[in-house]
Amino acid sequence: MNWTQSINKGLKKVSVGIALAISITGVVQSAELGEPEKEELKFGFIKLTDMAPIAIAYENGYFEDEGLYVTIESQANWKVLLNGVIDGSLDGAHMLAGQPIAATMGYGTKANIITPFSMDLNGNAITVSNDTWKKMKPNIPKMADGRPVHPIKADSLKPVIEEYKEAGKPFKMGMVFPVSTHNYELRYWLAAGGIHPGYYAPHKGDTSGQIDAEALLSVTPPPQMPSTMEAGTIEGYCVGEPWNQQAVFKNIGVPVVTDYEIWKNNPEKVFGITEAFATKYPNTTIRLTRALIRAAKWLDDNNNGNRPAAVKILSQSNYVGADYEVIANSMTGTFEYEKGDKRAVPDFNVFFRYNATYPYYSDAIWYLTQMRRWGQISEDKSDQWYKDLAAKVYRPDIYEKAAKSLIADKIISASEFPDFAKETGYKPPQQHFIDDIFYDGSKPNAYLEKFAIGLKKGDKL
Amino acid sequence: MSLTAATINRLSVNEKMMKALKSVFNKITNALLLPVVGIAIFLALWSITAQSIHTSLGEFPGPNAVVKQFYSLYDEHTAEREKATAFYERQEVRNAKKLEKNPDYVVKTRAYTGKETFVDQILTSLVTVTCGFLLAAIIAIPLGIWMGLSVKLNSALNPIVQIFKPVSPLAWLPLVTMLVSAVYVSDDPMVSKSFLTSLITVSLCSLWPMVINTSIGVSSIDSDLLNVSKVLRLPTFTNIKKIVLPASIPMIFTGMRLSFGVAWMVLIAAEMLAQNPGLGKFVWDEFQNGSSESLARIMAAVVVIGFIGFLLDRIMLLLQRKVSWDKSSASV
Repeated sequence: MNWTQSINKGLKKVSVGIALAISITGVVQSAELGEPEKEELKFGFIKLTDMAPIAIAYENGYFEDEGLYVTIESQANWKVLLNGVIDGSLDGAHMLAGQPIAATMGYGTKANIITPFSMDLNGNAITVSNDTWKKMKPNIPKMADGRPVHPIKADSLKPVIEEYKEAGKPFKMGMVFPVSTHNYELRYWLAAGGIHPGYYAPHKGDTSGQIDAEALLSVTPPPQMPSTMEAGTIEGYCVGEPWNQQAVFKNIGVPVVTDYEIWKNNPEKVFGITEAFATKYPNTTIRLTRALIRAAKWLDDNNNGNRPAAVKILSQSNYVGADYEVIANSMTGTFEYEKGDKRAVPDFNVFFRYNATYPYYSDAIWYLTQMRRWGQISEDKSDQWYKDLAAKVYRPDIYEKAAKSLIADKIISASEFPDFAKETGYKPPQQHFIDDIFYDGSKPNAYLEKFAIGLKKGDKL
Repeated sequence: MSLTAATINRLSVNEKMMKALKSVFNKITNALLLPVVGIAIFLALWSITAQSIHTSLGEFPGPNAVVKQFYSLYDEHTAEREKATAFYERQEVRNAKKLEKNPDYVVKTRAYTGKETFVDQILTSLVTVTCGFLLAAIIAIPLGIWMGLSVKLNSALNPIVQIFKPVSPLAWLPLVTMLVSAVYVSDDPMVSKSFLTSLITVSLCSLWPMVINTSIGVSSIDSDLLNVSKVLRLPTFTNIKKIVLPASIPMIFTGMRLSFGVAWMVLIAAEMLAQNPGLGKFVWDEFQNGSSESLARIMAAVVVIGFIGFLLDRIMLLLQRKVSWDKSSASV
């Protein structure tokens, strides 16, 4: 063998090596998502139908497909759940949209909680006791067949509240948490009907939210709402399903308005994790987001065709646990208001359509505007402050990674997601609020000026 | 004369036999028949009253509904076990695949992530109550003996014991929860935080009856016995082993039995409030679910809780009889 041959051989070896190297990097690129850093996870939830994406991701094996071994555990109330995520006994949880925002801002317990995944749209309703309904009903315009015209506005409740005021009795209502969607929805509805729901003044240590209130709102955990109203402690409440349909079923109250009618397609629950978790376990975070996106899509697939199967799972005692019929009432596209008055509300629970799972900055800012409106944020803030905080909590970047890997794996097509190249995270100005006020997420301060009741620029209690 | 004597004799034998029969019969009635009658009447009353109580969750569950729930709870248990088997099979396949891709992968089998069944929750509760009780006993009995022996220590600690004794577990719970989550920090914890929280709450509440009973038992030992020990100049440890413990065992066990009862009641409440796994959580979850079967399932849990409480008490009684020299002290 002469030296040219050996050089040739050597060159061949090198070229084979290079080819190998190229092919290896090629493989690495297509499977860029690494193994999860933490495989055993524990997620918390509150017994509400909108926890469905977590249950479905578990039952359909989506978590396991990602190599995640998830335990799901119901929590007593929102406070316990949030503390669990903060102290690490829970890795993540079904949260109220306001919870990660308030925690990051430091209202209540301070902790950096983020959300890569918005769990659903709509899904709440306001229910009043039979007694209150009897007094409200004469004030509501009727349709030709004698049923009340929807949406029912709080204007019809106002005379009832005046009556209470004259008798010197407080009119009490329940909501689920001071920074809950339900609190803001109930307040929005009441205020749109000219009823003052009361201010918060945290800088003075007043977190009861009842300053100047005509209707006194207080916290009750969701599953206890019907029994608390039955006991006469509250006259009405705003809560997620199945606890409104439960009231109809048990004949103890009447749901008057859904949040779909208060704000069409409003963002509701989110999936919350700590910022530390997302930094420490990036692959796990993306993988759990992937599983949740798949579950949400399954829930909306075939035009809600999978919903009966989902209801069956949710009615198991370890998930929501209410009767099948009660959960089915709202999950399968109808909503029963007064007993027998069942109306079609196909979008009452939206899990995937209309980009429901994408964490929009503008959604976070809407919650922030309401926190300012009712005094939970006690001072004026600049528009930029709102935007910065929203960007800290809502993390479309993680969502985008998860979605793109699902597209690359051909599990979900790109057309099902927002156009990531153009998406700014701000929805175009939205209408369809019960009081017809437009909302533009990029101008929070201007939005606040539009309300008749609520704190405005310069107001401080 | 002899005939009459024989007759009398026979008569008295008959009488004796009658008496013996009667006493056996009485014993059977007392031990078996009356309890059965009592339970039957209770069940009848229960089922009649249940029918007339209508809650917003439907009729109040009668005995039938509860028995039905026992069956369905058992069915759920077996179904969940099947799911667990499938889970382990899937995991094995997944681990094998991982190993194929990456030979350095350390195979780890994870415990089943599904829900805890009723049977699991009973076991969890039993383990928690036993551990909590043992922890309390390890602290309370030596402390009680010491307090019983030393009048000074007794006067010093008595006010503290008296103040803590009536505190409800529910008052301790938030403090314990925060304490555990602050102090017990570990990346790979041996036992879960919720288990520790329930355990400590149970210990805190079952500690005091044991301390008090032990110290009273020890301090009320016959002074003659203590004098014997003094005359013999027994060293402290031997004194405790030979004189104090045997003399005060009945009181110590009374305290332990009381405590175990307290521990079991406290545990259910703690589990309910803190959402720690166990029977208490089962009851609370069912209450929250508010399905039409919830009440019957809660009633089933109530029956089980009662039964277990009763069994625990009996076990303590057996133990007490075993170790106590004075059998009469261990009364039912």
